[in-house]
Amino acid sequence: MNKNCANFKDDEEYPDLSTHNNHMAHALTLPVFAKLRSKVTPSGFTLDQAIQTGVDNPGHPFIMTVGCVAGDEESYEVFADLFDPVIEARHNGYKKTDMHKTDIDPTHLKGGTNMDPKYVLSSRVRTGRSIRGLCLPPHCSRAERRKVEQISCEALAKLDGDLKGKYYPLKGMSEEHQDQLINDHFLFDKPVSPLLLASNMARDWPDARGIWHNDKKNFLVWVNEEDHLRVISMEKGGNINEVFKRWCTGLQLVEKYMKESGYEYMWNPHLGYVLTCPSNLGTGVRAGVHLKIPLMSKCPQFDEVLGKLRLQKRGTGGVDTASEGGTFDISNADRIGFSEVELVQMVIDGVEFLIECEKKLEKGESLESDIKALKQK
Amino acid sequence: MAFNFSLTKLLPIAAVAAAGGAAYYKLGSNAEARLPPTRKLPFPPSADFPDLSKHHNIMKNHLTPGVYAQLRDRVTPNGITLDQCIQTGVDNPGHPFIKIVGLVAGDEESYETFKELFFPVIKERHNGYDPETMVHPIDLDSSKLTGGKLDEKYVLSSRVRTGRAIRGIPHPPMCSRAERREVERVVTDALQGLPKDLEGKYYSLKTMTDKEQDQLIDDHFLFDKPVSPLLTSAGMARDWPDGRGIFHNDKKNFLVWINEEDHSRIISMEKGGNMKSVFDRFCRGINEVEKLIHEKGWEFQKSDNLGYILTCPSNIGNGLRCGVHVKLPKLSQEPRFNEILEKLRLQKRGTGGVDTAAVGGTFDISNLDRLGKSEVQLVQEVVDGVSLMVDMEKKLEKRQSIQHLIPK
Repeated sequence: MNKNCANFKDDEEYPDLSTHNNHMAHALTLPVFAKLRSKVTPSGFTLDQAIQTGVDNPGHPFIMTVGCVAGDEESYEVFADLFDPVIEARHNGYKKTDMHKTDIDPTHLKGGTNMDPKYVLSSRVRTGRSIRGLCLPPHCSRAERRKVEQISCEALAKLDGDLKGKYYPLKGMSEEHQDQLINDHFLFDKPVSPLLLASNMARDWPDARGIWHNDKKNFLVWVNEEDHLRVISMEKGGNINEVFKRWCTGLQLVEKYMKESGYEYMWNPHLGYVLTCPSNLGTGVRAGVHLKIPLMSKCPQFDEVLGKLRLQKRGTGGVDTASEGGTFDISNADRIGFSEVELVQMVIDGVEFLIECEKKLEKGESLESDIKALKQK
Repeated sequence: MAFNFSLTKLLPIAAVAAAGGAAYYKLGSNAEARLPPTRKLPFPPSADFPDLSKHHNIMKNHLTPGVYAQLRDRVTPNGITLDQCIQTGVDNPGHPFIKIVGLVAGDEESYETFKELFFPVIKERHNGYDPETMVHPIDLDSSKLTGGKLDEKYVLSSRVRTGRAIRGIPHPPMCSRAERREVERVVTDALQGLPKDLEGKYYSLKTMTDKEQDQLIDDHFLFDKPVSPLLTSAGMARDWPDGRGIFHNDKKNFLVWINEEDHSRIISMEKGGNMKSVFDRFCRGINEVEKLIHEKGWEFQKSDNLGYILTCPSNIGNGLRCGVHVKLPKLSQEPRFNEILEKLRLQKRGTGGVDTAAVGGTFDISNLDRLGKSEVQLVQEVVDGVSLMVDMEKKLEKRQSIQHLIPK
């Protein structure tokens, strides 16, 4: 950490955010900067490190990025004067005093067992988890990152039955195996997005990065990509209920095994599960389907409908990609303030509604009354 | 690399209350005590040692586990660590045929604080120059240059560049925004005081107009936000374009880059082959700027054994790259071209600069060495070497042998 910062005044150090449009830039006024600039988390993470990604990526008038990351669990506390307004703005008014509810009991979910495979090509649920006591990807040392890998692998090795699987480190992976993982849609690559690179999470690539998946290839864990762990359950077709059940089981078993070794997930009643990016706090859940809706997606009220359903669309390559052939990735828009069960429920209900719309459009029927009757969730 | 730290073992030792614990940490249905805050755990250096097994760079050749263990916990007076200096080399494995350094200096003191790594790297990169025992010669008296007017039928342009760093301020990989702005202020202040023929204007990257930008591109003056991962993973592109800019004189032959890869890069150039004129102006300009910053109480980073200190160990000494764009279509096809260059202590680059390709037999030819030779010596070597190669080209045009011209 550069020790000379104390020699300069607040306005001399304050970043030029005049052309910026991201949540950090809006929240980081000079007084907030002045208050926080000399603070440091116990592990040594500074404000400048947290905001670098937002300073280096001014953003876009239409796309509101977050612009700051956490280097450890305490970042959210030590830099609360920045993170609280960012969280409030990003998560629809979620306040500093709000409590988050966690519910990963799959028996609470209704329906979603057989969504029409003519429209629902695949179903997927993902979240992230951080290991308490270890620094996050923007800030961790090589030793800490390797420790995350070690703890994760030890826990995953204990999984049995349908969840039994194997770990494949990125380092030293054969070309053949790489191709296989790409075909399975499992492989993650060294980040190229300037949003991620500027936050320092690609350091020492591919050291201690890897992919674990079960033999059945429907439960998958990414180690040390953007978060300590990304836990993913997926399968072809529309049985998102089964996907969710497997996901809940896997997540809880992994935590149980970690606890046996003296570790646990980062979690608190206000922020829920603590992750690197403030946009993923709470549940960190993105539950979604690849949905073939060529007609509905061209409907002028498509975006309005999605908004009411609290869903978002992405291309089939994931975030910031384009859709192909009228097939969209449709997932929950929220992360915090709703439980996991509630979010997956919204996806199920929303997708069923979109399928009904598509069917009506196929028959040449109007959607006017359905859309009018649709209430904001 | 087997080690086993368990937080449950560390809890009794590291019982530190969370600084300013927020109320919500004490809420919740479970009444378990809050675990101690995340802190940098005492991993041994061996646990942190980077995997350099697939790497080809000079840093890798000298960063043994023993050296790393010695240096990992040292910190320069500015708070810079070894890990920060080597990050670029860890993140860019390099190529067996292209020898990159893989290391940057976060500040002036990095060279001495981490000398167990920096000195052997310097020795390998600079032909055995030993910073422990040797003294680097500085000579900016351009009157000592002999000849220097090269044949303009072949030599299209001539250029001399170097870098200078301001003492007391960390280098671009590690400087803060305020420090970078301070460098900008100190240097642009000094540039205001230059004599008549060097007088000019400063264009901040942040505020330059589109029109000014286009003009600077046409003049081949503009530098862009680095895209090379060698530079970006060293951290020097942070906060772009804050604190960055370009100064050039009205005559457009003396130019200063501020806060690109170094605090400042000073460039003298002109079309044609009059290297003498280019070098005269270069020395005059640099000496003037140094005088002007002294008046305000600042100095350039410099030491007896390392010469002028810059971000990349490849540039220390004089940081001088003296070069020409020269048309050598026949000579460059000769099988012995590379050998000739080596003997003359010259290197070739494409006309776009480092890591670009030559176009139409026109090459950028410049000095290979930096440390251990003075500015006058290096410019003389370029002038003499290019003269010789032009003679060879002329001979080849007449289908004559160049055998007797090749240096031993």
